[in-house]
This record gives sequence, structure tokens and C-alpha cells, in this order.
Amino acid sequence: MSVLKMKRINIYALKKHRKRILELLQRKGIVQVEDLTLDDSVFQKEETTQKQMLFQKNSGIAENAYNILNKYIPDKKSPFAMFSGRSPITVESYYMFTEDANEIMRVAYDIIGFDKEISDSKAEIIKLKSQIETLIPWETLDLPMNFSGTNTTTAFIGTLPQLITYEEIVSQIVEKGNSVTDVNIEIISADENQTCLFLLCKKEKSVEISGILRSLGFSKPTVTPSEPPAECIKKFKKQINNALKNIEATSCSIVSYVGVRNALKFICDYYIMRSEKYAVIEQLAHTKRTFVLTGYIPEKCVEDIEKLLTSKYDAAVEIEEPSPNEDTPVLLKNNPFAEPVESVLETYSLPGKKEIDPTSVMAIFYYVFFGMMFSDAGYGIIMAVGCGLLLHKFKNMELGLRKSVKMFMFCGVSTTFWGLMFGSFFGDAVAVVGKTFFNADISLPPLWFNPVEGSNSMTLLMVCFLFGLIHLFTGLGMKAYTCIKNKAYIDILYDVFSWMLLVGGGVMALLSMDMMESMTGFVLPSVFMTVGGVCAAIGAVIILLFQGRGSKPIKRLLKGAYGLYGVTGYLSDILSYSRLLALGLATGVIAQVFNQIASMFGGGFGVILFIIIFIIGHSLNIGINALGAYVHTNRLQFVEFFGKFYEGGGKKFSPFKINTKYYKIKEDIFNG
Amino acid sequence: MDNLGIVFALIGAALATFLAGTGSAIGVGKAGVAAAGVLAEDPSKFGKVLIFQLLPATQGIYGLLIAFIILTKIGILGGDPNISVTAGLLYFAASLPIAFSGLFSAIYQGNCSVAGIGTIAKKPDQFGKTILLPAMVETYAILALLISMLAIFNIPGLNL
Repeated sequence: MSVLKMKRINIYALKKHRKRILELLQRKGIVQVEDLTLDDSVFQKEETTQKQMLFQKNSGIAENAYNILNKYIPDKKSPFAMFSGRSPITVESYYMFTEDANEIMRVAYDIIGFDKEISDSKAEIIKLKSQIETLIPWETLDLPMNFSGTNTTTAFIGTLPQLITYEEIVSQIVEKGNSVTDVNIEIISADENQTCLFLLCKKEKSVEISGILRSLGFSKPTVTPSEPPAECIKKFKKQINNALKNIEATSCSIVSYVGVRNALKFICDYYIMRSEKYAVIEQLAHTKRTFVLTGYIPEKCVEDIEKLLTSKYDAAVEIEEPSPNEDTPVLLKNNPFAEPVESVLETYSLPGKKEIDPTSVMAIFYYVFFGMMFSDAGYGIIMAVGCGLLLHKFKNMELGLRKSVKMFMFCGVSTTFWGLMFGSFFGDAVAVVGKTFFNADISLPPLWFNPVEGSNSMTLLMVCFLFGLIHLFTGLGMKAYTCIKNKAYIDILYDVFSWMLLVGGGVMALLSMDMMESMTGFVLPSVFMTVGGVCAAIGAVIILLFQGRGSKPIKRLLKGAYGLYGVTGYLSDILSYSRLLALGLATGVIAQVFNQIASMFGGGFGVILFIIIFIIGHSLNIGINALGAYVHTNRLQFVEFFGKFYEGGGKKFSPFKINTKYYKIKEDIFNG
Repeated sequence: MDNLGIVFALIGAALATFLAGTGSAIGVGKAGVAAAGVLAEDPSKFGKVLIFQLLPATQGIYGLLIAFIILTKIGILGGDPNISVTAGLLYFAASLPIAFSGLFSAIYQGNCSVAGIGTIAKKPDQFGKTILLPAMVETYAILALLISMLAIFNIPGLNL
């Protein structure tokens, strides 16, 4: 229902207790530590960046190892894993893991080393394979590739860049005035891209032959191993085999570490925790043997912490009222019904200084509006039951997510309610199924009315405007409440009553006009015209005279006139609530459309198509309209409602606590 | 030319579908391009950017909705397709708000979504505020839908 009262806490203690005290605070997670710089030569700051870096590095290594392990043996995750949250760790495993921290880190390094070995081997295999590729055309050559000739001969081993036959080469050589007997040519292999050639000639002819070959585009191979190609290929293949075996063995050793998976997760958390602790140390002020910590703490937790600190660690605890100009962090506390909507408020902004927490009032409107926009009993039941099951099944769900799921559960209940009011259950599914398959004329009677029929849509539109008016007036009421809290009583008259009179009177007068009858179906007696008119006039005069208070007379009147212009804002605000009707109708009619399409195939075997189209169509409708209802409910709250009284700008209370990724560490561990 | 009424009504239904649908296609397309860019950097934002991409999709659905109601009312989907020219023109007129409002609001909502996706890429925690901005544009499509719907629901009662 409100913003929790914050106190400033100062803790003075001996340095030898520092570790224990910080760990206690971290586990309790209720103190937001503030940076304390004292302008005094006695106090010093302590630099812990290096230690933080070290811990973060260790945490990163453990996480890296964990991810590698997951690559080889995937950690089974259900599709609902995002709901399951962090599992709490038992006291025994906590102590066991912390004691083995070094050993676990060694394993983490091992795993990373193995992974590197595997990727090296894989790179090696690719290299070998490409080498084999280049050697394959030379496979039948029984000399080493770097053979350059004997005492009296010179050998040319290499490729020509096109397909050339033995005869062509010989004729080239003979043309240049050499005899056939000078050379020995062997074509090792040939295809249209290259010809692999082995040519042996007398040493004295080598320069000449080399010239001829060059003119043909001769080039030496890039790899020239000192063994015959066939043997070389064999050797490479053996190396590939070895590498494969090595990969397999190394993978096996990685897999054999599967047992430490949980330990790795823990170590990752553990070092993060320690690094955060050291980050806090930087914010303290130290003397030689003592330290001072300052921060914020919710009032209700003060006693508990004070007792623990003074009794166990001889610490002096000082509690102060935060000074009014301090930017005190904000923590909300609401009843279970309103609490889920806190997350919506948070996406806007938390209450700033001197503001009240609108969550509980907003919650009622939130659920009602969402229900009206989504308004289908079938969809509502799916949503409420689905969210309820999630909440029931995943007790460990993280707090933020839990709030959202709870919120949608309540929204689902409201949706069901409005669906029943308007007689919508998966659109007109009851009637369609009855007519198509059972030839019966049944339908789900609406508890109130069917908005699509006749002039009902106009009635509902009026109801929407009425809800809008209530919502806006509640907003003005909240403004009055804020004024009372800040003891600015006269502002209530100027800023709240004036508008209520003007808008309320205006609406009253409007409803007593004859021309409105065709829309509303009723007309107020003409006395309301007078009353409404007078109210509106009084309101307008107050606004004109006092909206610009604090300025000089002429400017004041101008400001007042400008303030009066704001009445157009109220008009558009009220009209904005027509979206309640429009989105509600959209959900219902789209559902009907899908039902109609599904029933086009008639009875009998059409039932299969009916079911398929029914499921796909309604899933689509749920998706698109739930999104629409969510976004536009938020809009009505943020723009129309908050516009009347709420600015926000508060900073969120973010206590020094355990921000782990995998495990929840309960506070009773390490409480000594 | 006795059936000119139904021709006008059908043109209305067609306009509502294809203009609003075109707008949505453009809007969703633009947002999709931006969303894919963000995903290249950070695939974990998929859920968030998808919602942004879907925001301009609603106009097409509103158009479809109006078209469908018109088709039902004039009896093309089973029934007796016989309405007067005046009634046909009325249906035609009733389809115009969602047709044009749908077309333009979807395009501009798409632009707004693109900008929102940009914001989300840098500040994922501002999701709640950012998603409201495209939703503001949607308001006018909703208002148009409302007028189109109210008009169509009430045309058969006019005794034409």
C-alpha cells in the first residue's frame, strides 16, 4: 500500500570483523550501501579493483567451462526452464564446494584446456585434409616430390595449367631443336584444369628445357614432401586418424567431468559473490583498525540487523532519519492482490519524493480494464489456469517473473468474468459447435448483454466512458491525497475540486441535452443542465483565477486561461476509453470469424479440420489480443491516469545482496 | 444493375482489407528489418523485438475484421445477398475509416517501432516505456475501427 519508510544506517566496526559483517549484510540483502568519502586524513579508501578483476576472471572461467561441458553433454532443460528459477543450494554442498574451490578451478582450467586441444586437433585435420587433396594427383609418382635429379640428370616435377598430352609436350621440345631421347616425360595425371608432369632431362639441357616448360606455364607444387606422395598421403591419413582418436579421447575426458557441472555453476556464482563483496569494500571508509559503512535500510528491518551486529561483532550501529533533500531509494510494499502490478509501475517510474505509491488503486483498474479488452471466458480460463499451474509447479520462480505471472493470472480471472458478462466463450464457439455438429440451437447466454447486438454497442460505449470518468476522478482523488500528505491543503481546491466541478458539471450538462439521447438512450431532467452548468462555471472560474498562482496578475490570468484550455485534454482522455469497447469487440468478433471459418467444412469429417482451425485461429487471437490488451491497459494507466497526479522519478532500492546466476543461497548459510 | 448495392459493399470490404493490410505489411516489414539487425548483435532480445514488430500488425487484422463483418451482413457468406444501392454505399462509407486510418497509422506505427527497437537494443530495461510510444499511434486505428464497427452494426437497422 505504500512506500516503505527508509532509514539511514551507519555501521562502525573493527576491521577484523569486516569480512563477517559484509557477508552477513550480503546474505540478509536489506542494506543499500552508499559510497562514503570522509574529508579527513584519518580515513582512507581501499582499492580492490584488482581483486574484483581476479574474481570476475575466475567466475568467467568457471562459466566458460560449464558452457563447454554443456556443449558435450547438454544440460537437459524443459521448455518451461525460464520459470523454474534458481534452485536453492544445501548447506552441505555450499561448504563442500567452497572448500574445494581450488580443485574445481583446476578442473575448469582442464576442461578449457581440453576444449582448446580439441579445436586444435580439428584445425590440424582440416590442414591435413587439404594437403592430401593437393597430393592426390601425384599419387602414382614413386619418387619424392622434392627429387631434383641425379648426377647427370635434372628432374622437373610440377603442373601445367591445362590439359596437355604426352605428344604435345614432346613436339614442343622437338620443335626447339632437341631430340626425343634427351628427355623422359611421364604424365602422372591430367584433367582439364591441370596436367601433372614428371620430366627428366640431361643436366646440360636443363636450362633450355626449363625455358620451354616455363613458356607452357610450368609451376612447381606448393608442398614438396621428401617422401613419395603415396606414402605421404598414407602418413597424413594416419595423422588424421590419430587426431580423431585424440579428439575422441579428449571429449571423453571432458565428458568424464560431467559430475562437476553443479560445482562449476556454484563456483561461477561464488566468485561473483566475492567480487561484489569487494566492490562494496571500495565504498567504505577505513582507518587503520576500523571501518565505517553507510547506507539505507527499510525501517522494519532495522531492529533485526542492529541486534545481530551489536551482539556478535561489537559493532556500533547508528540509525538516522534521512534528510529531506536526500534522494532516498524506494521500496514498495503492497498486499498480495496489488503486488503483481508493482512491476508495471516500475516500467513507468517509481514514486519520487513526496509522492504516494499508486499501485493498489491502479491494480483494481488494471485488472478490470484488461478483462474488458480481452473479454472472453475461454481465453480468460486458459490464462488464469495456465498461470496458476505455473505458479503452483515452479515454487522457485524468480520474484520479478512471479509477479508478472501472478498479474496475468488475475487478469485472466477478470477476463473470464467479462467474457461471461458478454456471453463470449471462444467467441460464439458454443453456438457454432451446437449448430454444426449437433444441429442444436444452443448458446451461452450473456449475463449482461451481447455487445454486438443492436444498440448494445452504444450502451457499452457509454459504460466505457463512465469507467473512464471514474478512473480520471480517482486520479484526481489521488492528487488530493498527495496534497494532504504534503500538507498543501489549499491546492486540493485549486487543482482537484476545480477540475472535478468543471468536468463533472460539463458531463452532467451534456447528458441533459436532447441531442445526446440518440446516443445514450436517456436524457437527464433539465435541472441537471442548470446544476451542471453552474458547477462547470465555478470550476472554470477557479481554474482561471488560481491555476497561475504565484505569478504576477496579468501573467497569472494568462496562465489561468491556458490552464482552462486543458479541458480539451479531459475530453480526449475520456474518449480514449472507447478502446475498452473497440478492443473487446475485436477479440470477440475475430474469435467469431475463426469459428465461422472452422465450421465451413460442416459436420462429419469436418470435425478434424474444425479442431485444427479452431486451435490455430484462437491461439493467434489470444496472442495478438492479449498483447493489445496489455499494451493499451498500460497506456490508460500511464497516460490518462498518471497524467493526473503522478510523475515518478524515484530510485529503486537496490540492496547489497547475492546476485547469483545459478543457485539461490539462503541466508541461514554462514550465519555464524 | 439491380445488384449494384452489393458491389459497393464488396468494394468497401476489399478496401478495408487491402489498405489496412498494406499498411500493416509495410509497418511490420520495416520493424522486422530493424529487429533482425538487433538480433544479429544479441539473439536474447528476440522476445522483446518480436513484440515491437507485431505492434503494427493489428491494423491489418482490424481491416480483415471489418471486411468480414461486412461480408456477413450483406449475406455473401451464406444468406441472401440482396441489398439496396443506398445500403451498399453506406457499407462502403463505413469501411473507409479503418481502410485509411489503418493504412497510415500502420506505416507510422512501423516507423515508431523501428525507433523503439533501436532503444531496446541499447537499453533493454526501458521496454515498458518504449512500447507505449508505438501504442500511441495505434489509438487512431482503434478509433477508426470503432467508428467503422459501430456504423456497420447499425446499418441494417436503418430500414433502407
